[in-house]
Amino acid sequence: MAKITLKDLSHSYLKTQSSDTDWAVRNVNIDWNDGGAYALLGPSGCGKTTLLNIISGLINPTRGDILFDDKMVSNLNPVERNIAQIFQFPVIYDTMTVYDNLAFPLKNRKIEEEKIKSKVHEIAEMLELTSTLNNRASGLTADGKQKISLGRGLVRSDVNAIMFDEPLTVIDPHLKWILRSKLKELHQKINRTMIYVTHDQTEALTFADQVVVMHEGQIVQTGTPVDLFEKPKHTFVGYFIGSPGMNLLPCELKGGEVIVNGKKIEIHKKVKSNSFKKTEVGVRPEFINFSSDGIPVKVLSVSNTGRHKIVDTQSESGKIKIIAKPNENIPSGSAFLNFKKEYTYAYGDDWIIE
Amino acid sequence: MNKTINQKAWFFVIPVFVLVAFNAIIPLMTVVNYAFQETFGNNVFMWEGTRWFKQIMLSERFHASLGRQFLFTFIILFIQIPLGIAIALTMPKEGVGVPVCLVLMSMPLLIPWNVVGAMWNIFALPDIGFLGHSLNALGFDYNFTQQIGDAWFTTILMDVWHWTSLVVLLSYAGLQSIQPAYYQAAEIDGASRWAVFTKIELPKMKKVLTIAILLRFMDSFMIYTEPFVLTGGGPGNATAFLSIDLVKMALGQFDLGPAAAMSLIYFFIVLLVCWVFYTLMMRNEGNQ
Repeated sequence: MAKITLKDLSHSYLKTQSSDTDWAVRNVNIDWNDGGAYALLGPSGCGKTTLLNIISGLINPTRGDILFDDKMVSNLNPVERNIAQIFQFPVIYDTMTVYDNLAFPLKNRKIEEEKIKSKVHEIAEMLELTSTLNNRASGLTADGKQKISLGRGLVRSDVNAIMFDEPLTVIDPHLKWILRSKLKELHQKINRTMIYVTHDQTEALTFADQVVVMHEGQIVQTGTPVDLFEKPKHTFVGYFIGSPGMNLLPCELKGGEVIVNGKKIEIHKKVKSNSFKKTEVGVRPEFINFSSDGIPVKVLSVSNTGRHKIVDTQSESGKIKIIAKPNENIPSGSAFLNFKKEYTYAYGDDWIIE
Repeated sequence: MNKTINQKAWFFVIPVFVLVAFNAIIPLMTVVNYAFQETFGNNVFMWEGTRWFKQIMLSERFHASLGRQFLFTFIILFIQIPLGIAIALTMPKEGVGVPVCLVLMSMPLLIPWNVVGAMWNIFALPDIGFLGHSLNALGFDYNFTQQIGDAWFTTILMDVWHWTSLVVLLSYAGLQSIQPAYYQAAEIDGASRWAVFTKIELPKMKKVLTIAILLRFMDSFMIYTEPFVLTGGGPGNATAFLSIDLVKMALGQFDLGPAAAMSLIYFFIVLLVCWVFYTLMMRNEGNQ
């Protein structure tokens, strides 16, 4: 068990790098606290798996350091780092029984037979695999196999962290819920650092205390699900998290004021003068309401999801989505919108301006 | 849902039936015909019953060639399968090395069998062949045309050269299909290289290896052209494997009856061994 620190970490699969896009992971600085439940969230190809493999030691980073409890581990192999990793597809050893599969990491570490036996039975009990211990592992269903993969990580009581690489990809939807709550329960029981890689925001937000959002190889924000929702630090977090995502409108910054299409907009705090290539103002659909004065829009359509209504409107600067209460009256034709000041932010070149 | 019953569908089977009949069943039936009768030509046949079968089964000549055949097949399987797997394991998994290795490996498979025989014959000649001459120059008394051991050594070496590539290519295909996650998981589980081989690679290669062993068994058990060109079955009958012996009996001595009986027995042995082997290898597949 340890705190994991990544320092100025960058990795590229190419021999020479000429532009930012040649890096799979770039300039990552992050601390994973001992015992935390983290989710690493981002779209496919954003570098999540690369980052995970760097932590476990399967990949050597091009630049930067990895520290466990302030001890350098950059040059250690996966066994020495003592990490457990669960992969997207269940990895089992076909010819072995479930028991032998679970015992395999311990046998490789030359632990005595008695200890192995008690540990395997303990973990099998926890994962509800006891009845199948003597069956051949290859005969199990996908979720059973994934439990074995997980179990092989859990039998070592001293692992520094358990990492999951989209572990529920091949699991049936109705079993996903069960396994996910099982993981959450497990985290509370064994209190080990867990890092969960996913591209599914629901999975990330329900599993983790801290969500790390990655975009094009960079970490764009780390925070609780509420932080990410209420104050996205990057436009990507704004539209990737939430459904529908954040509204972003091009704007001008003049003397600390935000101007959208000639109209001044109040935001959470005054912004400094700037030299950005692109400036935008962002507000989530949840924090917009209709009023008698504000941004003029035309209401295009209203769809009712049951829990709320999603209203599509068209303003001079672009489309704006609004989430309204199911019983709220939606004006038709022309209307005016008011943004909640404390949840409206200005972004310069995609990063929040504060 | 009820299935539609339409007996006219049988007509669609006719083309296949005719094809199989002409290229397999009818020629085989001629052999069956010869196996139970005696002929002196001019289409005159006399019924002999099981006489030829009894004669073959009791003949020492048949026992000897069958023994040589099994010995040969076991030796080449014993060398080619492990050697093929070993080569496949050392082949590069990506980069320019892959096509280079694959082309080099397929080379021996593309050479016609009689050419292989002729090549090795010249290569191994004790006076002018590179192999034969070199061995003698190194002080070995090597002459494959006269010494039994040398004849076997050369025949086996030739077969290993010709066919190990097949095992390599099949094993390589099996290895390439293993997901990288298996190796990564094994690395994290702290598995040794040997454990990775026995617990991941071998089980994942099981199906292709079954095919490799079956193919190599059948081909080597029916081997004819290469030893015929290389040694002609000699010295004496030392390398006269089943098919060489069979051809000698049928075309050399014109004993059509016994030869037909022998080829049927030969056919059933191949069939039986393949069936037993396949059943054993696939015995545990059912519970997956």
